[in-house]
Amino acid sequence: MVHVDYYVILSAILFTIGALGVLVRRNPLIIFMSIELMLNAGNLAFVAFGRSHELLGTPNFNPFSGQIFVFFVIAVAAAEVAVGLALIVEIFKTKKNINIDEMNSLKG
Amino acid sequence: MHLSETTSSGFFYLAPWLVFAPLTGLLINLIFGKLFKFSERTVGIVASLASGAAFVVAVLLAYSVSLNPEGMSIPFAQWIHVGTLQIDWTFRVDSLSATMMLVVSGVGTLIHIYAIGYMHEDVRFKKEEGRFTRFFIFLNLFIAAMMILVSGDSYMMLFVGWEGVGLCSFLLIGFWYEMDTLARPSWANSNAAKKAFITNRVGDFGFLIAGFLMFWYLGNSFQFDKVFEAAKTAPPEIIVAITLFMLVGVAGKSAQIPLYIWLPDAMAGPTPVSALIHAATMVTAGVYLVTRSAPLYTLVPQAQYIVAMTGAVTALFAATIAVGQYDIKKVLAYSTISQLGFMVAAVGMGAYTAGMFHLITHAFFKALLFLSAGSVILGLERGHHHLAHAHAHHDEKQKGKKKEGKKDDHGHDEHGEVFDPGDMRNMGGLRKTMPVTFWLYIIGTLALAGIFPFAGFWSKDEILLDAAKLYPTVYWLLAIAAFFTAFYMGRQIWMVFFGEARHEAAAHAEESPKVMTVPLMVLAALSILGGALNLPYIHTLGHWLEHTVELVEHEAQVAPWLEQSLGGLNIYVALISTVAALLAIFISWLIYGRNPLKTGQVDPLKKPLGFIFTGMENKWFVDEGYFAVIINPFKKLSQFIADVIDWRFWHDFVHDTVILGTYNWLSEIALNDYADQKGIDAFANWLGTATQSVSATLRKVQNGFVRSYALSVMLGVVLILGYLIFK
Repeated sequence: MVHVDYYVILSAILFTIGALGVLVRRNPLIIFMSIELMLNAGNLAFVAFGRSHELLGTPNFNPFSGQIFVFFVIAVAAAEVAVGLALIVEIFKTKKNINIDEMNSLKG
Repeated sequence: MHLSETTSSGFFYLAPWLVFAPLTGLLINLIFGKLFKFSERTVGIVASLASGAAFVVAVLLAYSVSLNPEGMSIPFAQWIHVGTLQIDWTFRVDSLSATMMLVVSGVGTLIHIYAIGYMHEDVRFKKEEGRFTRFFIFLNLFIAAMMILVSGDSYMMLFVGWEGVGLCSFLLIGFWYEMDTLARPSWANSNAAKKAFITNRVGDFGFLIAGFLMFWYLGNSFQFDKVFEAAKTAPPEIIVAITLFMLVGVAGKSAQIPLYIWLPDAMAGPTPVSALIHAATMVTAGVYLVTRSAPLYTLVPQAQYIVAMTGAVTALFAATIAVGQYDIKKVLAYSTISQLGFMVAAVGMGAYTAGMFHLITHAFFKALLFLSAGSVILGLERGHHHLAHAHAHHDEKQKGKKKEGKKDDHGHDEHGEVFDPGDMRNMGGLRKTMPVTFWLYIIGTLALAGIFPFAGFWSKDEILLDAAKLYPTVYWLLAIAAFFTAFYMGRQIWMVFFGEARHEAAAHAEESPKVMTVPLMVLAALSILGGALNLPYIHTLGHWLEHTVELVEHEAQVAPWLEQSLGGLNIYVALISTVAALLAIFISWLIYGRNPLKTGQVDPLKKPLGFIFTGMENKWFVDEGYFAVIINPFKKLSQFIADVIDWRFWHDFVHDTVILGTYNWLSEIALNDYADQKGIDAFANWLGTATQSVSATLRKVQNGFVRSYALSVMLGVVLILGYLIFK
């Protein structure tokens, strides 16, 4: 059996890659992918901790709680992507462009 | 209330109706007079009935007093209740106040009736017929106020009436306020009214001081009995002060030296007013006050002496002025002052019965004389009117033009001069044209001159006898005044009724209607029979009053000729005064009767008496003296205060220079330059620029790049997590 630390480290690496992607990239589609990466890093951590607590036998612990959280996150992420893609399509219709750096009309 | 109490208290419970009866008449005329367009007749009847009702009440009260000689206090309403101070509206009905009530309402009612006839013509001569109702409203108000004065149970209530009659006097003197006595546009009448009111203010000031002293030193009360009780133990100097300050009030209201000057001018009012207020009733309020305060005056003989001397000097002084007057009413006015002097002297000496006796008889015969004088004046007006109409008919065309200037066709004779119907130089020979008035006037004159057996003889002799016993100086002053009285009345009779008419109007004078002459006949009967009130041996009035006024016999060394007495009548005193009066009338006949005055002739006394007559003619220049000594300096002082103190110092200097200057300096230099511009403005501006610069810095954060916002979020999360982990 693989130790839980490895999962957590992997999750942290995935999250960092996702975060860097959000900060660095200019294409909104890539940014969405990076967000998915971060969310899934979170999912991985949930599942890993859930399995480890199950094995450690923590009292009053539901063995499926990690997986349940993951389902919620996946559902929310799906909804988020649906909204986000719709927004991007509308922005493209008006601006003929989806460069994230040009969407700055709310600046002070 | 038990039956026995009801019967023993008689009609005392009616006392408030003394005031309410005339008030009711007043209100009826005031409220319904305009509404239902009362005719003059209705107005007059309502007012006379109201006054007559007061007379009936007074008779019933007097009857009750005759059953209960001690009288009674009738509480009516609470007035001022503060702490221990309790002042109530309480009516006091005793023999003294009942006497006054009878005189006031009796003479008042007769004058009301007379006034119906008089005012009917007066408002037509003055061309102001709408003012008829107002006159009777004022008359009724006067009766009500006078009733409060005489029936009050405390000095406070007396003072209310005192001021009320003063107000009515003012209103009625200034009844024709926008014209003078000859109906020319002028402020003479309103000035006379103001003079009366302001002079009375001086007197009332004295009365008020007396009231304050009384309240402070005599038992914290205004109620008569309490004050008199406390006075017995009070220090005499306090009583002297109170009585002398009260004398100032008496001098104001009863027209004594030095405040008598308003009364002759008060003749500006319609003649019924002169008769009712300025001869018969209101001016006797001072005499009533002294009589009412008898327990105070009796305690301090030195104050009594001053009161007596004031009265005596006034009596003589005014009598001399009356000799030099030409206006029929002015003669009577000075005569009134003189007779009031007799009364004040009497009550000052402590001869309260004599004073009250003379008050009553004087009310009869002086009202008679004044009203007869009013009849004479109206008779001349009628004659003059008759002439004016005859002339107007003569040239019809001019009349059409004259209609614009209404007052022009009346009050001017054919030469364009003003015709004065009150001037005795315009009269003469009226005994033929106005026989009724003539005989009535004769009766009044004989009563006033003190000829046996008319009313004035008895009352004046009683005063003279008391004076002779107590204060010889007062006696001689009064005796000489009595001589002058007979003389000026004789002069008036010869000038007015005998000889030939000195003016066309007098030749055409017409007798007055019955509504005027009948009340005069009643007054004439009273003037003849009034002496019966207090005849020697019987002394009805004395016994009547002794229950109220404590009569203190003075210990005085009396000359033997004064000790002989026929039931209170000394034959020598009576003889001296009768002979003096007859002599005076004879002298007046020598001067004015034997050779009647011709038109435009100077008074025959002017040559032999010279400057003395000029003095009498000009009232001894007292008014001028007051102007020189008091009024002009007062005006100058007011002018000085107004111009220099108020305007130049207070307005120009203090307000404009000091206050406004300081304000300007403060606002412009101190506040505007320093506080406002450099303080508040600068701070506000700094706030603005500071906010601007801070926001300019902060807006750089909002650069619109999603990434930079995301980075901020990340950094925030890292910081918070780092803190939570490594804390």
